[in-house]
Amino acid sequence: MDLSAIDPALLVAALMVSATPILLAALGEMVVERAGVLNLGVEGMMIIGAVTGFIVGFNTEVPALGFVAAAFASALLALAFGLLTQVLLSNQVATGLGLTLVGLGLSALLGKPYEGMKAPTLSQIDFGPLSDLPFLGPVLFGHDPVVYLSLLLVLVVWYVIKHTRVGLILRAVGENHDAAHALGYKVVRIRLAAIAFGGSLAGLGGAYLSLVRLPQWTEGMTAGAGWIALAIVVFASWRAGRVLIGAYLFGGLTVLQLNLQAAGVTIGVQYLSMAPYLITILVLVLITSGKGRGSHAAPASLGRAFQQSR
Amino acid sequence: MIRNLLLASAATLGLATAAAAQDPTEACFVYVGPIGDGGWTYQHHQGALAVKETYGDKVNVRWQESVPEGADSERVITQMALSGCDIIFTTSFGYMDPTNAVAAKFPKVKFEHATGYKREHSNVSSYNSRFYEGRAVVGHIAGRMTKTNKIGYIASFPIPEVIMGINSYYNHAKAVNPDVELVVTWVYTWFDPAKEADAARAMLDQGVDMITAHTDSTAPLAEIAKEGGSAFGFGQASDMSAFATNDDGSMGPRITSIIDDWSPYYVKRVGQLMDGTYEQIDSWGGMPEGEVVIGPMTDAIPADVQAEAQGMIEAITAGEYHPFTGPMFNQAGEQFLADGETIEDGPLLGMNFYVQGITAEIPN
Repeated sequence: MDLSAIDPALLVAALMVSATPILLAALGEMVVERAGVLNLGVEGMMIIGAVTGFIVGFNTEVPALGFVAAAFASALLALAFGLLTQVLLSNQVATGLGLTLVGLGLSALLGKPYEGMKAPTLSQIDFGPLSDLPFLGPVLFGHDPVVYLSLLLVLVVWYVIKHTRVGLILRAVGENHDAAHALGYKVVRIRLAAIAFGGSLAGLGGAYLSLVRLPQWTEGMTAGAGWIALAIVVFASWRAGRVLIGAYLFGGLTVLQLNLQAAGVTIGVQYLSMAPYLITILVLVLITSGKGRGSHAAPASLGRAFQQSR
Repeated sequence: MIRNLLLASAATLGLATAAAAQDPTEACFVYVGPIGDGGWTYQHHQGALAVKETYGDKVNVRWQESVPEGADSERVITQMALSGCDIIFTTSFGYMDPTNAVAAKFPKVKFEHATGYKREHSNVSSYNSRFYEGRAVVGHIAGRMTKTNKIGYIASFPIPEVIMGINSYYNHAKAVNPDVELVVTWVYTWFDPAKEADAARAMLDQGVDMITAHTDSTAPLAEIAKEGGSAFGFGQASDMSAFATNDDGSMGPRITSIIDDWSPYYVKRVGQLMDGTYEQIDSWGGMPEGEVVIGPMTDAIPADVQAEAQGMIEAITAGEYHPFTGPMFNQAGEQFLADGETIEDGPLLGMNFYVQGITAEIPN
């Protein structure tokens, strides 16, 4: 056992990179759920983002274009979900699961010619001498633009939901769509916008995997990241700041336990990998038991279909 | 409704017997990952394609990708048996019990399970590859090439298959570099590119500069590539030659590879089934049978090391050298192989301990 081999700065830097895909996806899903829609298709939207991002990044050799295309493609897929659940009033759980299956299958088909290829990746932003600072250098000034974008988005989503009229309307729709409708808000339209936003963030998260994190296209490469993002939303009790904490905790524990293993620690490693899921279950229990600060955090209309004529 | 179901299943059964009675032979494959994983499943599929190529119209090859281990696999295997498959290859360790369970219900169908040890019925054979022979060669290369004296192994699950690989890798590195230290990380998955990359990153951050993986994707090599030539890795299961050179033409992270070539075995077994010489077996082939192949070595490996590795490959292929040759000791210092003694297959297949010199412990 040699714990001195673990460099805390490198550890934190690695966990930020590792957590960025699930942070983006979870943040998007949180907005969707705050609008009262449960979209279980995060995994499918992520992998469509991953494959689209890779294809566009590979062909144009401009990774940024890959990210933009990924956001659009996943938003489009999310809107298909929106059409089915909001306009045609299909069951959200079943449709969301279907979206995941469609995403996995479609991405496998689209990505076939791109297996084993390498795409240009985003380079780190050059902060000059700042990157050489001890500890703060690698942690704060050694990342690619998407890591900073994801942090900025957390801030923006938090501010919009908490402090703006748009956020208030979004929450109203999510808490009580009948009341929001009675006040004259276009419930379906607002929800569709939220769904598209959630889709585009999931797409960005997927593209981050295929263009930066790995960077390559492999079929099924998200390997459950979308489900972790869904768990984080619950863990965070639908708050933007806590989504950040949750994502970094989930990503951090994975990275930490691998680092501990590499340093020769074996005991407790399995418990550490289990911890995020156990904590999520604990949070769920707290929420449903009505105790603790996270209670009643779930949007009241979450998962319920809205019918104007009712 | 029930009558319709009965009719449908009767029709399926009718089709099944009709297909069994006449040519072509139906060879079916169950894969644990996508064919496009670039590693484990890709290689099995290459074997399936070789069967088709060898026998042409006399054989039909069918497959199902990304079948989860456990209950789902039992449904898939049952479905294959019902739909007229004559021989079914199940290509992952976790299919062992489902394969045996389905085999009990379909005594006329032949079942072949990869990397397992249970043959509960006369129609179940098992087959495996001596991957540890390949680990010996890359271990030797890693021991000779490491500059930090830290070599890494990304391990999937603590099963004998993986543990013998770790022992073989470490032992051959230590033989040429007494100062070498082994770092093992368990990822508890066969296929999760992001997690495999995280494991590689954790090792690289701690100064490991030679990494071999026991997982299925190319992600560890992509992560090593970010080090810009100060660390190297090996292709796993497949050649992974895309990582032999970087985009700018410089030397890539993949310096050689351990390739699983299942074609000789698949072609042989399907051929035996067709000409009636098929028997239940427990096959464990390696370099001599052409089932374990070391991929082309790049110039990142010094010429003398390449020559040594080549010598070891030839010795193993000729049957002159066994990677588990005594004297060998376990972690407690107890000798399990006398001087010059080679290990029997039984103890090797049940190996559940590390050899002397490895400081880590095997997780339970």
